[in-house]
Amino acid sequence: MFNLLSKRYLYFAISLIIILPGLIVIAIWGLPLSIDFTGGSMLELKFTEAVAPAPSDIILLYQGAGVVDAQVTTTSSGEYIIRSSFIDEDKRIELVNAMADKFGVEPTVLSYDSVGPTIGQEVTNRAGLAIAVAAIAVILFITFSFRGIAHSLRYGVCAILAMLHDVLIVISVSAIGGHFFSWQIDSLFLTALLTVIGFSVQDKIVVFDRIRENSAIYRRLPFEVLVNHSIVQTLQRSINTQLMTSEFMLLAMALFGGVTLREFSLILLIGLLMGTYSSLFIAAPSLVIWENQEWKNWFKGKGKTVQA
Amino acid sequence: MRHRVLVLVIILVVLAAAIWVVLPNNPGITVGENHRSFDTVLGLDLQGGMQVLLEADVPADQEVNAQSMQDARTILENRSNGLGVSEVVFQVAGNRRIVGEFPGLTDTEQVVAALKQTGQLEFVDFGDTFVNVGTVVKTSLGGSQVNPTAESPAATETPTSEATIDIQNTVWNTIITGSDLKAVVVTTNNLNQPIISFELSPEGQKVFAEFTTNNVGKFIGIVLDKTVISSPSIDEPITEGKGAISGNFTIDSANALAVQLRYGSLPVALKVIETRIVGPTLGADSLQKSLLAGIVGLIIVILFMTVYYRLPGAVSVLAILNYAVLTFALYKIIPVTLTLPGIAGLLLSTGGALDANILIIERLKEELRSGRNIQTALELAWKRAWPSIRDSNLATIITSIILFWFGSSFGASAVKGFALTLALGVAVSLINITFVTRTLLSFAFDIFKIENKAKWFGI
Repeated sequence: MFNLLSKRYLYFAISLIIILPGLIVIAIWGLPLSIDFTGGSMLELKFTEAVAPAPSDIILLYQGAGVVDAQVTTTSSGEYIIRSSFIDEDKRIELVNAMADKFGVEPTVLSYDSVGPTIGQEVTNRAGLAIAVAAIAVILFITFSFRGIAHSLRYGVCAILAMLHDVLIVISVSAIGGHFFSWQIDSLFLTALLTVIGFSVQDKIVVFDRIRENSAIYRRLPFEVLVNHSIVQTLQRSINTQLMTSEFMLLAMALFGGVTLREFSLILLIGLLMGTYSSLFIAAPSLVIWENQEWKNWFKGKGKTVQA
Repeated sequence: MRHRVLVLVIILVVLAAAIWVVLPNNPGITVGENHRSFDTVLGLDLQGGMQVLLEADVPADQEVNAQSMQDARTILENRSNGLGVSEVVFQVAGNRRIVGEFPGLTDTEQVVAALKQTGQLEFVDFGDTFVNVGTVVKTSLGGSQVNPTAESPAATETPTSEATIDIQNTVWNTIITGSDLKAVVVTTNNLNQPIISFELSPEGQKVFAEFTTNNVGKFIGIVLDKTVISSPSIDEPITEGKGAISGNFTIDSANALAVQLRYGSLPVALKVIETRIVGPTLGADSLQKSLLAGIVGLIIVILFMTVYYRLPGAVSVLAILNYAVLTFALYKIIPVTLTLPGIAGLLLSTGGALDANILIIERLKEELRSGRNIQTALELAWKRAWPSIRDSNLATIITSIILFWFGSSFGASAVKGFALTLALGVAVSLINITFVTRTLLSFAFDIFKIENKAKWFGI
């Protein structure tokens, strides 16, 4: 049987290699937060084929109306996305009318989002709070349902640690994508993140369940061997569930979905992949490290890889 | 499974009912006088429309009475219906916010203006002073506009000398308010301009008659939300309790004001803190694309399950299709508003449903490999896979309940939609795996006289 656990520090290193650049990008350029979190307005417009105003003209119109921080991006399909600080409904109508006057044709408003300056911060705080409460509830729940075996609290804590790992990976990848491909962290991103969290926890419990079951059967086995045996047993299921739920469904969504959905499904794809990966390569190894109390050896010279 | 025939019959009956609900053009159910139709409700992001988040316009540390938020919600709903905007949903979110959703509506200027205004109408005693239309004034009616330091005894406030009056800082005396009005209608005057005709309640009629009798030749101010909209002089006493308000109205603005007066003023001032508009084309586009993606994804999943897991895989596919029909029927019955985040929740719960089936089949294969006969293997596989299915799904339900609470207390309807479809999907999936997958597998193993396990199970 393969020994999946012997290289556990390698898995941690791989995760760090993904997470660290993301954190560096965040430290230097910040997260590409959309107006959903920062507050502000986003107006998405389309003119008829014949009319293609220069972005600078639109910015001038905004400035004329007293909005000095407007930014215009155009898409390949001829749409204009205008981001600015918070403007109210009256101002939006005034601006759209001004554009109609100036460019001779009324633009079609594809979408318009306007979020007050304080509410964005609140969304972030409250979402963080909700996730924290959910995480604690899940730890308590796992501790309760694993009460039949030793150290049941560890299972809950390791599941949440691995879940946080997935969240970190998703945020890091988005930060990198945000900087290099102008992705935006918006409310749809929040949905993707919630999906990843849900999937991740569910997957960890399935893998841990096998450890729970096996520890009643193989009482004599060293913990590390037991855990390794358990994850090897669930490996086929992990791969197939991953293939079905995320790769097939989301690849379809990434390929056929529109531009807005593409970013969303790409983030989900990475996140759900991590959900499966981290059950096997973060959550289970963490249990073993905890059991062996390996941190005692971390700073004793070359004690890095503990014998399996 | 001793009662498996009975279970199968129940499954088929429930499935038939669900298919009937899911069918397009379903006529709905009529019980006595109550008719209930089953429609697919699409969210604003899929069909286009506007969403506004309104917040009580009071200082952040000041408590807002829960009853006044409920009253405000009812008034907003009445106002929208009065404006002829249908299918509007208003919900109180948390203790100081109201979410309004207007499906299909994208031209919103009038509506938002009519909704967010408090609609507090006052008839004010201006004495000999003529005040220009549009002036913001202070009145004796309680309100945040009154500056306590500038306040003086209201009764003696009526100014006598025009030259020395500071119009904006004087506190004018309110005679009657909008709540004294009844039967408000929009008509036109002889110049064909829109005016608002009203009748006064008996109480208001008395007060107004007395006041106009004593103040002939003086000015009366008609003030909406502390802004003067009209300032006529009193030509003769008005004792019959009927009158009209003329101002610089368009038909739309006159209608909006009439609606505000008819349904009363808001108990608390509201401000718009968030607006989202999705154009109808963008919504339809998202819907079409996610539908297509869903169908393609499902076909691949069906192929994979059947090819990889053979017979039990094919049976699982039937169970998953059953799950899909039941979930969709539930969406139509409740009804659940389908949004993009809602679809993500559905996707996740479908993933969970697939996982449950895969867990059982993988276990089944393990038991078969260790040489058990097929029906025993199925019972064992079920018994051993169940704790993992139960616990993993319960954790998801716990998470979604917390998210639902967060979403509804905050007006984050995206999170709420996600949590709702997720929780529903997981619940259906748990029932589905317990009864449908298990029963169908048991029957399938009986029907196909399986001798070659390698062929039927891909072992």
